[in-house]
Amino acid sequence: MAIVNLENVTYKYPLTDSPALQNINLRVDEGEFVAVVGPNGAGKSTLCYTIAGFVPHFFKGELTGTVEVAGAESSTSSLHEWVLNVGLAFQNPFNQISGAKYTVFEEIAFGLENIGVPRDEMKVRVEEAMKLTGISDLADRSPYSLSGGQQQRVALTSILVMQPKVLVLDEPTSQMDPIGTREVFGVIRTMAERGMTVVMAEHKVEWIANFADRVVALHEGRILLDGKPREVLTSDILLDKGFGISRYTSVARKAKTRGLWTRQQLPVTLEEAAEGFQDV
Amino acid sequence: MNITISNLHFTYPNGVQALRGISLTIEPGEQVGIVGQNGAGKTTLVRHFNGLLQPTSGMVTIGDWDTRKYSVAKLASRVGYVFQNPDEQLFSRDVKTEVAFGPRNLGYSSEQIQSQVNEALAMTELSDKTETNPYDLSPTWRKMVAIASVIAMDTPIVIFDEPTTGQDAANIARIANVIKTLRERGRTVITITHDIDFCAENFERVIAMSQGRILLDGSANEVLGQEDILATTYVDPPQLTRLGKRLRFKKTVRTEEEFLAALRG
Repeated sequence: MAIVNLENVTYKYPLTDSPALQNINLRVDEGEFVAVVGPNGAGKSTLCYTIAGFVPHFFKGELTGTVEVAGAESSTSSLHEWVLNVGLAFQNPFNQISGAKYTVFEEIAFGLENIGVPRDEMKVRVEEAMKLTGISDLADRSPYSLSGGQQQRVALTSILVMQPKVLVLDEPTSQMDPIGTREVFGVIRTMAERGMTVVMAEHKVEWIANFADRVVALHEGRILLDGKPREVLTSDILLDKGFGISRYTSVARKAKTRGLWTRQQLPVTLEEAAEGFQDV
Repeated sequence: MNITISNLHFTYPNGVQALRGISLTIEPGEQVGIVGQNGAGKTTLVRHFNGLLQPTSGMVTIGDWDTRKYSVAKLASRVGYVFQNPDEQLFSRDVKTEVAFGPRNLGYSSEQIQSQVNEALAMTELSDKTETNPYDLSPTWRKMVAIASVIAMDTPIVIFDEPTTGQDAANIARIANVIKTLRERGRTVITITHDIDFCAENFERVIAMSQGRILLDGSANEVLGQEDILATTYVDPPQLTRLGKRLRFKKTVRTEEEFLAALRG
């Protein structure tokens, strides 16, 4: 059952000539974890904003086609209705932190306050969400005193606490070390298994291959490929168009031309590469 | 120009002990990658090189200058610093003014400024964007403007703080190319990075930090092969290093060429 459905979506930002998204058709099923890859400028963030309703409600501009989430249509809904179903974590957490709150705990409670959740329930939900993302020890810190990686966790937590049906994440681990990245991908996978739908723009190919159900490759505002992570991430097309690919894929492709990789399928992950190279 | 650090300790005003006894020497023309978990002290360390931070105890010298005796403005003629977030450093109305700001402040002649600016713009592939307001550029190109504005100062030492964060494959290749050019010109390049594959491919010497101390310091192959020790500072070895270990190669490998050579032999 599709919970996100984009049909023939084309979008231009105000005062620009060329569309940021062109004729996008994308259906995402409930509980699916979809990663969106592409070079900078491909339209990854714009796609995130579109699903999250910021396009066109906040950014204005010209949107044609239809955007449906959980049965509602974006053009006829208001942003404050929309955010009850869809949560967006911005690429730069600094753009998301409210500036109105002194502590991380209050920052995470901010969204719940705005939709009138009772105080007792609010406290429980904030504490649970902080535990889930491993930031309970930051509760009393100022959001501005944190490192980039910690701010990204706070931004993610303040979305998760709203329990949206659809979670949209724009490069949520870009400022994190590997342990942070691993934990965040783990949390997101868990949320998907509990039935939350996830759309995530991301460059980290090896992590996507290990965690996502499906990969959409965007290029110049269009969907170039859409399929299983393994198939999309090893496609020759990505190489020519400036996409990031895993070192395992890249070295196996070179090895193949020298007869040192004999399988048809190129690897994306360590496991696949180790198995394939053991053949030779 | 040598960087010499002896028994450096630094404690932030809130009591956090960020550096707990660092001693090391970086020779002129060395290319050094610094890795380690968030909070290991990497940024705190390099901010001592241009005087943004002063030792709580111990000493940092840049060439013959003790950083405690020179201002940040003065040290800027020896050490260039590219911030992680370009938006923390850009403020001019167009790219060429932004890039000329640094060399102008160092008091170079106008011909010298012009030539350094042109060269920095060429190295960062910005020559066709000189009239653009930096904030009208994509974040990717703003990063290149930040890099150009530091390179234009033509300092013997250049520091990059997380240069590849949020960058795509094409721009990471562009940044690697800038670092290669600086190496060819004999500049010292010190780079903090979480991107361990980028580190493996671009730096000959690697320093791993943990909890304000140096955990490992040596050639890239020596350091990046120590999976167990790196794990204590939450660093995973590069992808090809891990694959080589899994395939029981005798030697540590980190680049595609090394991997393919080991696979054959």
